[in-house]
Amino acid sequence: MSLLELKNISKIYGELHALDNVSLSVDKGEWIAIMGPSGSGKSTMMNIIGCMDKPTTGQVIFDGRDISRDSRRKLTEFHRDKIGLVFQQFHLINYLNAVENVMVAQYYHSMPDEKEALAALERVGLKDRAKHLPGQLSGGEQQRVCIARALINSPELILADEPTGNLDEANENIVLDIFRQLHKEGTSLVVVTHDPEVGEVAQRIVRLEHGKIVSDKKNDSFSDTLKGEKKNEKKNEKKKN
Amino acid sequence: MFLRMLRGAFRRQWKKLLMIALTVALGASIATAMLNVMLDVGDKINEELKAYGSNITVIPRSEAVMDKLYEADGEDDKKDDSRNREYLEEKTLEELLTIFWANNITDFSPLSSFSVTVNGESAELMGTWFDHHLEFVKKGTTYQRDTGIINLRSWWDIDEGEWLDEARLSGDKYAMVGKELAGKLGIKAGDTVKAKGSAAEEELSVIGIYSSGDDDDEKIYTTLSAAQRLSGTEGMYMKAEVSAITSPDDELAVKAAKDPSLLSGDEYDLWYCTAYVSSICFQIQEAIPEASAQAVRQIADSEGKILEKTELLMSLITLMSLIGAALGISNLVTSGVMERSAELALLKAVGAKNSQITGLVLTEIMFTAAAGAVGGYFMGYAFAQIIGQTVFSSSVEMSGMVAFIVAVLIIGVTILGSIPAIRMILRLRPSEVLHGGH
Ligand SMILES: Nc1ncnc2c1ncn2[C@@H]1O[C@H](COP(=O)(O)OP(=O)(O)OP(=O)(O)O)[C@@H](O)[C@H]1O
Ligand SMILES: [Mg+2]
Repeated sequence: MSLLELKNISKIYGELHALDNVSLSVDKGEWIAIMGPSGSGKSTMMNIIGCMDKPTTGQVIFDGRDISRDSRRKLTEFHRDKIGLVFQQFHLINYLNAVENVMVAQYYHSMPDEKEALAALERVGLKDRAKHLPGQLSGGEQQRVCIARALINSPELILADEPTGNLDEANENIVLDIFRQLHKEGTSLVVVTHDPEVGEVAQRIVRLEHGKIVSDKKNDSFSDTLKGEKKNEKKNEKKKN
Repeated sequence: MFLRMLRGAFRRQWKKLLMIALTVALGASIATAMLNVMLDVGDKINEELKAYGSNITVIPRSEAVMDKLYEADGEDDKKDDSRNREYLEEKTLEELLTIFWANNITDFSPLSSFSVTVNGESAELMGTWFDHHLEFVKKGTTYQRDTGIINLRSWWDIDEGEWLDEARLSGDKYAMVGKELAGKLGIKAGDTVKAKGSAAEEELSVIGIYSSGDDDDEKIYTTLSAAQRLSGTEGMYMKAEVSAITSPDDELAVKAAKDPSLLSGDEYDLWYCTAYVSSICFQIQEAIPEASAQAVRQIADSEGKILEKTELLMSLITLMSLIGAALGISNLVTSGVMERSAELALLKAVGAKNSQITGLVLTEIMFTAAAGAVGGYFMGYAFAQIIGQTVFSSSVEMSGMVAFIVAVLIIGVTILGSIPAIRMILRLRPSEVLHGGH
């Protein structure tokens, strides 16, 4: 069953069609990578999926409900309840420590709960850094705090725009493993990326060019296995050979 | 969480917030000072102006008519009417303490002038009260007052000797001599002079030599009783000077001054119960039917005008300082919000409503402004005292009313100053800020 459906979405800035009659359906629990050159409309699409922007024309149907004409206030509520956001630049509040940054999302959602927030940090392997300020954390750690914040309210969909754009390979792998974990647990993921390596670990790859979808295919090499396990698998395969 | 975020914001932005607090403090201090001075200044200016003499003269009614006649005729030789001159009974002065506005009458003194010879030279002699103790019982009430020209001639400089203090001296054969006359006749403080009037001759001892800067410098002042003996006008005086605290004239006062009987009942009551010069004069005439009380126009008018102008000026300064504060606040708050736009956009992205973000930012600003306002209030207190001391040489009373008004003004100014920033918050699109750089 589809969690999210974009129907004939266009986003027009003056003359420019940032998105041009795009239709896309995301199933529950699906992990989609959106790829494409710079300026192709990836972020624009993310913003529309994330209820942070409205399409010029077309419908956005989330959980069977058309939300594309809802008021901003309603959209904010909707987005708050259903979607977790992961940013390329992390966007942590620099005067709050890691656990407080996670709690901010709880605060505006329902009630801050430090235990739950700590549990979320534990999931991304940062329990021992809970009291550190963002300035005292590495880029990878900051991104993990950002992910913990995105999943604290148990969203149905995690939207990530270039989540690994500012990370080195090791950290990239940590983040991708967290994504795999989330995917296993049934969370839907939409990940925008330039990076083929990040794209190719998704279930499905959608390519955008000039605001249009030019290809949309299943990734045959998709595997839910965590990176660590995967390496072992590969070793095993080699051994077999 | 809210508190943690507030605390974090305070810690991180303290420089900006301090600036906001200072801006508010400045505005609040000026508003406090000006409003307090303004409320206090009516009396202050009146007291100040009172130093320049009386604002009402009381003369016999017939002379009042005569003066008016002369005025209409043009400049005739007024001085030649000494034969016709009428006097008022000294006892009538008591009435000044019994009228409704008695408490507004700060000082009064009878004045009679006669031509005499002093040590053989002709001079003008004035009989008056210096610091006279008046005490009487009327309708079972005891009235008393120390009054006289000591307060009505506050600009006199005593060159030699001292003020003639009736209470400390026995008898009444004393005089103060103007600087010019004293110079001409070689009189010094402590001398005795021989004064000869139309009815008698007296030896007066000179208590002090004064310089007044006007034609009083050529006169000799003595007690009213001594002057009465010299001129044979016992129990009488020629005119009285009265100094009263008055309300500035407005339309009603102007209308009433023409003819009180033209006023409607309500207007009449309002006029009668307001300390206009004209209503005080009117009541003096009611109490002393044989007298005419006249406002010394120039001074009474200018009092009102100065008061009006001062208040206008102070209102303008207050207004300007508040506008300045609002502009300053708006500048600081807006730039603060701009600097934090990523943070605020993020709060939106994690689900904060506009109202919540606005609430957060406004709380910060309100706390800061409150601190600034309290500081400013005390600064304003100091300013008000400085203004009071330097301009009016007295302290300015602080009124609770002003604290309230300033609080309301500062809240208004702060909200007004925050409007551009709030609009900015409302316009903030997380999609644009957070995915900045595309
Ligand atoms: N607010 C806006 N106003 C005008 N044009 C915009 C706006 N936002 C995006 N665009 C334009 O729309 C097009 C698509 O932008 P978008 O940010 O979606 O690209 P992108 O695929 O995310 O690129 P990148 O990989 O560089 O992040 C670009 O040409 C961009 O300049
Ligand atoms: Mg982008």
